[in-house]
Amino acid sequence: MKNHLNYRIAKTKVMQWLVYLLAFLTVLPLVFILIYIVKAAIGAINWDFIVNIPKPVGEIGGGIANALLGTIIILFFATIIAVPIGILTGVYLSENKTGKLSYWVGMCVDVLQGIPSIVIGIIAYFWLVRPLGSFSAISGSIALAIMMLPIIIRSTEETLKLLPNSLKEAGYALGMPSHRVILRIIIPCGFSGILSGVMLAVARVAGETAPLLFTAFGNPFIETNLGKPMQTLPLLIFNYATSSYEEWQNLAWGASIVLLAMVLSFNLLTKLITRKWKIQL
Amino acid sequence: MANEQKIGKTLRMIKGERMFKRSIRLSGILMVTLVLGIFITLFWGAFPSIQSLGFDFFKGKTWDPVQNVFGAYPFLVGTLLTSLVALMISIPFSVAIAIFLGEYFPNGWLSNFLRGTIELIAAVPSVIFGFWGFFVLVPIIRTFQVEMGIMPNGVGIFSAALVLAIMIIPYAASLGTSIIKMVPSDLKEGAYALGATRWEVLRNVILPYSKSGLFAGILLSLGRAVGETMAVTMVIGNANLLPESIFSPGNTMASVIANEFTEADHPLYLAALIEMGLFLFLVTFVINFIGKRIIKKTTNH
Repeated sequence: MKNHLNYRIAKTKVMQWLVYLLAFLTVLPLVFILIYIVKAAIGAINWDFIVNIPKPVGEIGGGIANALLGTIIILFFATIIAVPIGILTGVYLSENKTGKLSYWVGMCVDVLQGIPSIVIGIIAYFWLVRPLGSFSAISGSIALAIMMLPIIIRSTEETLKLLPNSLKEAGYALGMPSHRVILRIIIPCGFSGILSGVMLAVARVAGETAPLLFTAFGNPFIETNLGKPMQTLPLLIFNYATSSYEEWQNLAWGASIVLLAMVLSFNLLTKLITRKWKIQL
Repeated sequence: MANEQKIGKTLRMIKGERMFKRSIRLSGILMVTLVLGIFITLFWGAFPSIQSLGFDFFKGKTWDPVQNVFGAYPFLVGTLLTSLVALMISIPFSVAIAIFLGEYFPNGWLSNFLRGTIELIAAVPSVIFGFWGFFVLVPIIRTFQVEMGIMPNGVGIFSAALVLAIMIIPYAASLGTSIIKMVPSDLKEGAYALGATRWEVLRNVILPYSKSGLFAGILLSLGRAVGETMAVTMVIGNANLLPESIFSPGNTMASVIANEFTEADHPLYLAALIEMGLFLFLVTFVINFIGKRIIKKTTNH
């Protein structure tokens, strides 16, 4: 009897430690990745790296100015496109909880979220690159905007659904029309949730490469024309990492750490926003 | 005069309200058209290949764009192998994390640390995973292959699966955590009251109760793995051959599209690549649909 009890206790202990072990083994790859990237990139990062464009093969130095600028431009336009549509759809879903159309809209948002990013790239190629006749930054922006939409829609919807009905009713009691109630009361009250959704969406797509392969395409020079191919950080990393020149690989390591810092700071900012301006009911 | 102004204002408001209602409805409809448009575009783009190759497309073992022979079977196998092996590797870890965060340490600094790590892993761009995999993981695997006496490719299905496994852990883990947290405490307390140890409660109460939710999380991470492109492209070796073993280089459907889309000069070549895109779209759709269904069912009761 005692033996059996001891066995059970031992089993519990062993299993508990096994779970601890497995859970914390997951930390290791992340630590390895971070350490390796920092070690590989620390030599490459300096002011010249930020303000110069890549040098041709054989020359030492060069930087990622074109990719950094391209990433900012493409992300900026993707956000401008995705935010209004995303928030409006989110409002629609939170206002119409039942009904056939809202069921289908919700369903389509789920489908959109699951589409592999490479497929979005194909779509943007067919819808924009082909008709316009060349690879362009704007087609990349639209591809990224499509990927941002589901995240913005869902976070807007979830945030607005959390708001108490009394807020809305107070507005109606004062004689406000429903669109004003939404624009002046509901959206400002849920602002932090919506903003954090937008930030999260930006963070998610900032590192996307696959949708840009056949849209923004890449460009070794600084380009600010939206109708022309443009370089972005992920594209630069992909192209230069797989090249066989060490100088270019170092450039890719430097770009990796810049991209990583960008994505992580977006994530951190999202967290701070949600923590600081939590909806107070 | 004053009355007319008031009436005018009210009319404007009514108009504005109607406009607003219409515009949110319109953006909802836009979502539906977007998804339909994506499907139709893919189908239309893939049509030449569907028409001329039919079902043989998925049975053909050779992929030779020069001869205009397109068989996607090697890539089908490649996708299946990489995602299933990745899933197999990741399941113990993601379930362990879900149990750790859901049951052993729901809060406290330790769980915050682990949760932060999981979020970070989810945030790292896939191209960086691929880059790291190519320069760190691939040489390690190559050394192993030399010691085991097989072709020291380094790159290949297994390397891709390993990188993928790390990348998909967060999806199953975070869903699993919330599912395990939802197990009613009276069930657990009942088992404890009968003298069950912690492991027995976990094994006989918590896991059976949350198994469909855990399964849904695993399905969602499978959906991720199937569609993941960049990391896989960088470490799988990009060989358009049927993989002979788990260590041989290969290609997945997503990585073939990424590699060859801009080179596709023949209409049939392009259509064949798009047909793979269509297939990926449908497969991830079905996987996600089932996963979401299960989640809805489990969170409802």
